[in-house]
Parts: sequence; C-alpha cells; structure tokens
Amino acid sequence: MQFKPRNLELWLMVAAALLIIVVLPCLNAFAPETSWLHVGNFTINLYGKYLCYAILAISVDILWGYTGLLSLGQALFFSLGGYMMGMNLMRMIGELGQYHKPIPDFLVFLGWTRLPAFWKPFASLPFALIMAALVPGLLSAVFGFFAFRSRIRGVYFSILTQALTYAACLLFFRNSLLMGGNNGFTDFKFILGHDLRSPVTQRALFICSGVALLLVYGVCRWLTNTKFGKIQRAIRDSENRVMFSGYSTANFKLLVFVLAALIASLAGILYVPQVGIINPGEMSTEKSLEAVVWVAVGGRATLVGPILGAFTVNALKSWATRAYPDLWLILLGTMFIFVTVFLPGGMVGLPGQLLVLKRRYFSRTPKAPPAANPTPSPFVK
Amino acid sequence: MWGAEEKSSVPFLEMNVFSKLSSVLLCGFLLHGLKAGAQEDPRLRSSLARAILSAEGEQQSILGELGESGSPVVREVLNAWVRDSLFAYDLDGIKIPVLLDDQSDAQGKVRALRVDDGQVLRDANGTELRFQTADLTAVDTDARLRGLIQQTLDAIALSDPDPNVRRSAVLKLGNSQKLKNVGVLQSRLAKEAEKTVRKSISEAVALLELGESDPSKQVAAANQLRRLGAIGSVASLQSLASRSTAPAEVRKAANSAVRAIEDHLAVVNFFGTVFRGLSLGSILLVVALGLAITFGLMGVINMAHGEMIAVGAYTCYVVQNLFGAGFGFSVNLPFHFLGHPLGFGLRLPGLNATGAWYESYFLFALPLSFLTAALAGLVLERTVIRFLYRRPLESLLATWGVSLVMQQLFRMFFGANNVQVNSPRWLLGHFSCYDVSLGYNRVFVIGFAVLIVFGTWLLLAKTPLGLLIRAVMQNRDMASCMGVRTGRVNRLTFAFGSGLAGLAGAFLSQIGNVGPGMGQDHIVNAFMTVVVGGVGSIVGTIFAAIGVGAGDQILQQLTGSPVTGKIVVLVCIIFFLQWKPGGLFSIRSRNLD
Repeated sequence: MQFKPRNLELWLMVAAALLIIVVLPCLNAFAPETSWLHVGNFTINLYGKYLCYAILAISVDILWGYTGLLSLGQALFFSLGGYMMGMNLMRMIGELGQYHKPIPDFLVFLGWTRLPAFWKPFASLPFALIMAALVPGLLSAVFGFFAFRSRIRGVYFSILTQALTYAACLLFFRNSLLMGGNNGFTDFKFILGHDLRSPVTQRALFICSGVALLLVYGVCRWLTNTKFGKIQRAIRDSENRVMFSGYSTANFKLLVFVLAALIASLAGILYVPQVGIINPGEMSTEKSLEAVVWVAVGGRATLVGPILGAFTVNALKSWATRAYPDLWLILLGTMFIFVTVFLPGGMVGLPGQLLVLKRRYFSRTPKAPPAANPTPSPFVK
Repeated sequence: MWGAEEKSSVPFLEMNVFSKLSSVLLCGFLLHGLKAGAQEDPRLRSSLARAILSAEGEQQSILGELGESGSPVVREVLNAWVRDSLFAYDLDGIKIPVLLDDQSDAQGKVRALRVDDGQVLRDANGTELRFQTADLTAVDTDARLRGLIQQTLDAIALSDPDPNVRRSAVLKLGNSQKLKNVGVLQSRLAKEAEKTVRKSISEAVALLELGESDPSKQVAAANQLRRLGAIGSVASLQSLASRSTAPAEVRKAANSAVRAIEDHLAVVNFFGTVFRGLSLGSILLVVALGLAITFGLMGVINMAHGEMIAVGAYTCYVVQNLFGAGFGFSVNLPFHFLGHPLGFGLRLPGLNATGAWYESYFLFALPLSFLTAALAGLVLERTVIRFLYRRPLESLLATWGVSLVMQQLFRMFFGANNVQVNSPRWLLGHFSCYDVSLGYNRVFVIGFAVLIVFGTWLLLAKTPLGLLIRAVMQNRDMASCMGVRTGRVNRLTFAFGSGLAGLAGAFLSQIGNVGPGMGQDHIVNAFMTVVVGGVGSIVGTIFAAIGVGAGDQILQQLTGSPVTGKIVVLVCIIFFLQWKPGGLFSIRSRNLD
C-alpha cells in the first residue's frame, strides 16, 4: 500500500479527537483517584487552556502560514472575545462580590451606583456571544478594509497591527473605559447558572474546547483545500501575479483576516471561563508573538503544526517556568531563533528536512537540492 | 539634618555628591559639617539658645534679629521647635536646649546636640549622654509664638543664598493674603539683586495689595499685575472682578488685567507645548534614527532594537558605578555540578571619584554606550541576522527571540528592578525664558538629536563608507558585482544602527527609567516614526519624529490625558498611512513590491 501522509494526518486527528473529547473526560470523571489512569482536575483545566491556545494558533496560521500576512494583532481579537465573555461572567456574579452590590466590584470601586447602559444586555449569554463575534469581526473588517485597500503588506502590515494592538492595550488599561482597567475581570462564579469551579463544569468546558478545536480544524482544512485556499496560497507566494490574473486580492485577504479574527475570538471565549481572569496584559504584542512562536515551532502552512506547536511549547512552558523560572525566557527565545533560522518547516517539516539532508549526504552527485524552502518560489515547478 | 550646614562651608557643587555616597560616608560628612557649623557662628547659636529659654517679650526681639541672619542653623532649630522636637535638658541646674540626632544606637537611644554650641551633649565627666524621646520634655510653644517663629522662618527663607528658595518664599508670602507681609517683602526688594526674584517680589506685593481697602491702591495693584503678566494672580483677580461689593473701577481694572494675563498665558502655553513637543520629538528621533538605518536602509526588522537601547542605558549605569563605588554582579544558575551550585560573578573596583570628576562620568559613558551597543549589534548580525536578509518577516521573529533572551539576561545581571542612574548636575534644573520653563535635560536632548542627525548625515553622505552603504542598500546584487564586499558593509551598517540605539539609551537613562523592559516602551513608537517618515528616508524620519512628538503634546493638551493623546496619535497614524502608504517621504518607484 502506498504511504499517504494526508490520510495518516486524518487518522491521527481522529484518534486525537477521540482521546480529547471522550477518553480524557471519562478518565477524569470515572477513574478512581488512586488509579494511575486517573486524570486530575488540574490537568483537565491545563489541557483545556492548551486547546484554546491551539485554536488561537490556527487563526495565526491561516493568516501567516497560508496567506503570508503576519498579524501581530491576534492577541487583540483573542482578548476582545475573552472580554465579551468576561462581561457576561461578571454579570453572573450577581451580589456575591466583595461589596455585595448588584454591579461588578470594580464599578463600585470607581464610585458607580448603577450599571452603565452598555453593561445591561450582557446578562444574557447569547448576547455576549453575538457581541464576541461582532466586535472583533467589525474591528478586523474595518481595519483590514483600510489596510488592504492601500496595499499595506509584509512587515508594514505587521507593524500596523502591532500599533493597533498597542493602542487597544493602552485603552483597556484605562479605568474610564469601565472594562476593569488594570485588573480586568476576575473572581467569576457562575456560567449559565453552573458553578464555574465544579469539576463537572470544567469538564464540560474542556469538551467544548475540544469540539471547537475540531470544528475549526475541519473548517480550515476544508477551506484550504478549496479553490479559495489555492488563491490564498497564491497570494502568499506572489501577490502581484494573482492581482494581474484578475483577482481582487484585497477582498480575499480581508475575508481571511476577518475569519482569523473570529477564530481567535472563539479561542478567547473558551479561554476566559477556564482560566478565570482576563486583563489588558493578554492583548500585548508579546502575546501575539507567542502565538506566532507556537505556529513556527509546530510548522506553518499545515494545520496540524499549530496544534502540535501550541501543545508542545505550552507544555514546555508549564514545566520550565516551574523548574527553571529564570531561564524560561532564554529557552523560549533561543528556541525561536533556532527554529526561525534553521527549521523553517518547524516540527512537521523536520522529517522532510532530515530526508533532504540524508539524501544530500549519501548522494553520489555533488550537486544536492537546497534545504526545504518554507515558501516555495513561484519559479520552482 | 545637620548636613545642611555644609552648604555654607563647602562649595555648593560638593553638596550634590552627598546624596550619592554610601550612608557610612554620609555619617562622617555629617559630623564634619556639625563642627564646621559650630565654628561658623557661635554668636548666632548663643542668641538662639537665649531666644528659646527667655521670656515672651525678649523672644520677639531676638527672633526678629535672627530672621535677618538667613542662617540655615537657625532654620533647622526653629523648624524643630515648631514640630515639638526641640528639648530642654536640665544639666546641673542649667537648662540647655538640645536637638536629638537622627541615628539611634542599639538601645534605641540617640545623642543630643546642644543648640548653643552645636556639640554633643556631655555630662561633667565628658561622657556622651544618650536619650530616648520620652526622657525629655519639649520646649513649650503657643499659637502666638508659633506665628512668630513662622514669620522668622519666612524671613530666613527670603534671605536664603539660593534664588529658587527665595522665590518660593516670596510666592508663599504673596499668596498669604496678609497685608502685613508687604513690609517684609518691600524691605527684601530693597536688598534683592537677582532679577527674577525682584519680579516675583513685585508680583507678590501687588497681589497682597489687591486686598487693600483703598480702591485706588487696588486699581494700581491690578494694573501692576497686568503689566507684570503675573500668571499666578489670575484666580485672585477673577474673584475680585466678580465680587459685587467691589467698586466699579476696581472690577474694571481687575477684568482687564485678567484678560491681559490670559492672553499672555495662551502665548506661554503655546510655546511650552511647542518646546515639549520638540523635545519629545527629539527623543523619538534619537530612538528611531538607529532603526531608520537598520530597518529603513537595510530592510531588517530588528525587534531587539529596544534592547540595544537598554544596552546603552546599562552601559551608562556601569560607567557611573565604576566612577563611584565600583560595580559587581553575580549570577546563580539553577544547576548543580558535583553538588556545587553553578554561578559566576565579577566585581570591579570603582574610582570613588567625587565632585566634578564624578559628574563627568556621563561624558565617558556616551561613547562607551555607542561602542557597547555597536559590538552587541555586530554579534547579533553575525549570529542571526545575516541568515535572514532576504526574509524580512522572519528577521522580525528571530530578533524578537533575541529580544526575549536579552531582556532575561538584563534581569539576571542587573536585577529585575529598575536601576538608579544619576544625572550629572549640569543636566538637572531648568531655566525660565518668558515664563516658559525649559529643563536643561530637554534642551540637551534637542541639541543631542541635532548633533546625532548631523553626524549620521555626514557619515552617509560624505564618507566612502557612506557611499558603499548607500550602494548596497539600493541594489545589493549590483554592488556585489562591482566588487563591494556587501557582507562587510552589512556588518558595519548594522553595528552603526545599533550604536545609535545605544546612544539613545545613554540619553534615555537621564530622563526615564532604566530597567530590563525599557526597550519595549520605545520600540512601537520608533517603528511608527520610521514608517510614517517613509522607510529608507532619514529626512522623513526627522519630520515624522517631530510631527509625532508635537502631535502627541498638542493632543495631550486637547484631550487632557496623556494616554488618550497617545491612542489618538496611533489611530491618526493608521489613517495617515491610508492616505500615504509609503510614508511622508517615500521613494518613488514603479515597483509594486
């Protein structure tokens, strides 16, 4: 039988999905705590966080890996989704806060006695979810429309998205925005009437994140295999040629940008109830760049790569920040430099790169093919 | 507290060194100061002691005399008196007024310093006496005496050798709304030589005279204030103008004075904003210029540019410490080798310089910060960037990794907190020109920016290296064909850009915090400046820096909050790039990429 990496990838995904959606929650719920099979609540919570990161990583990948747009604003859309969800969770606290008032604690602290008008509808979760789609969606649409219309591309796009994120970050640090200021939202108690800290709720959120990741993966896999995906990659490789062939590249890019913003927002929605806090620190440029690291390490322009990268880097982070807290940033930085300079294909591209090296080493002809190129040149057939 | 006596016995320049020496040295200097003060004026001290112990009537006359002296000793003692920390000690039946020393010994007891001769209080055998605060009774004061003491203190401040202290004393009296202070001020005016202080005194006198009961005097005072353009008197004039009991001519005079002063204020504010905008623009320019070289000319996105700035700032810190008490660090690695914890450290002895020699450390730090940052840039270029010349997006990512590593290294070597870099004395303080306050460091940054831009222009336009740099940047392959060693030119250009960042860091250490994350505060602004100016154009960077700086200050004034101003500037820049995607001075080209 012929070896087909695509089929292998599919089977691996199905196995991983089964593991995440069925096996792990079952082991958490039914295995006795003394058994070695038992999965602790902490682990479920941690892996749930990684699942959200993986969704965020996919949103970076369809922009950067598939379309060639390095956006440093994905953390902004992630946090916007998180903030909208957080507003609902804040309303759900009710009068159980520190001050025992019907409005969130930080508003009491700022001297408010009544709820500001824009906070009122967030008592309903569907409204919060709609807003979590609308706010990042509209922001990305407006920003993307202007940016792509004036043909801002390459590093300029990166710098501009970075400036947008920075501006938003400054804005959310202000108390007068009435979004919690420096401390953001925390101390959540309930989601849809269920206790947020009970293992059952956490398990449900974990399964939700798993399903969401699977859906996002499926949609992106489908999208990248259509004609649309082909144009996406063509834009990445040579935008001018696509433009001269009669395609409106700006519209394609805008659509991908908005889609990526929505996916990032979805990750934020699922992230906040599991982590229990959202503050402006989440929307700094560093967070966007960290997501880019996951994609780079995992392997861009593949859909498994970002998921793999998000899990590996974050698992490494969880371990290293406990074992060697001082050295973690050095480790992350060095890993990133190494991957960028020497492993353009990331973990997924590593076997192929090794194969090329091996072939070059054992080949009889002195002329060997060059190392794997992450963005194949349009001149190479 | 007794250290203040130094002021009169040693040159003022030495004073500033005080704060920079360790506490041990400080103590030694203080004792020295104590004795010097004692020799200075025994007569003053004995009359002080008399004033404290004598009866009410006598106190008034002695205090009046003391007010004339302007001596810091008198000020210290009187201040202590008002705060109930002046004590009377009964030594063999004679009451001796004493102050308590600051430093307590192991039992929490302190030495007492005699007011009458400044020496440590000893008993008949010559042993030092030590007390706790509770052991002694404070010298009594009542409301009247406190008023008297306060007057004396004001009079002392009016004759202080430092013009700034005199001016603030004048301002305080001017705002006191007590007509009786007019006499004190006018007698000072007769003696005052300093022009700015004279102006302040006339302002204060006129301000006090607004409270006269005679309308003609009030009108004269209002006119005087209008002539002087006294900004501080607007509130009083406005309240006078709106007071219904005041005569019509007084209100009219007050009104016209308010209008005139407000016009004057608008002009002052305008020039103040322009100056602040210019100095902020200069900071941006200094920070962005290095980036304009590496990003604009070379096309390399160096996210570690901010850390190059930090390298320059930390070099400043190290040089300062080498001129002072020495510099050392120790790094502990979380690893063990054969049971021993691994780590390394270094201790460099300092020069222990003082005075003008110490102040000059900054002059040495400037070129050194350029060289250190340039060296760091050279290493960075050799190890990472040379692989990425044709992949700008990847250079952004890899250099971000570098920036993470460097930040952590700063934390390991210098600690996670900000470090203290002291400004040389000649960068502190400010002077006023037409009521606009100009800080020396702000003036310095503007001059510094001009100098750096001129130097960069000279290098790029007038030297053989500059010619090669421009050739490589315009067309790398063609330059290579013509025999230019492009690798070497790249190295030098990158090192030069990084060195400029180091210079910017040395400068920022004088006006902002120096810490591991300091580069991150500037990197976004620097990138925006370069993009707005037009990538590859140094002239554009200059205009963009000044434009963004001035815009920031003006919007801060308009919106009333620095953060909102910043946000509006960023949004404006995003829209500006809609209109001119290539920046202010984009290089015209038919190339689509």
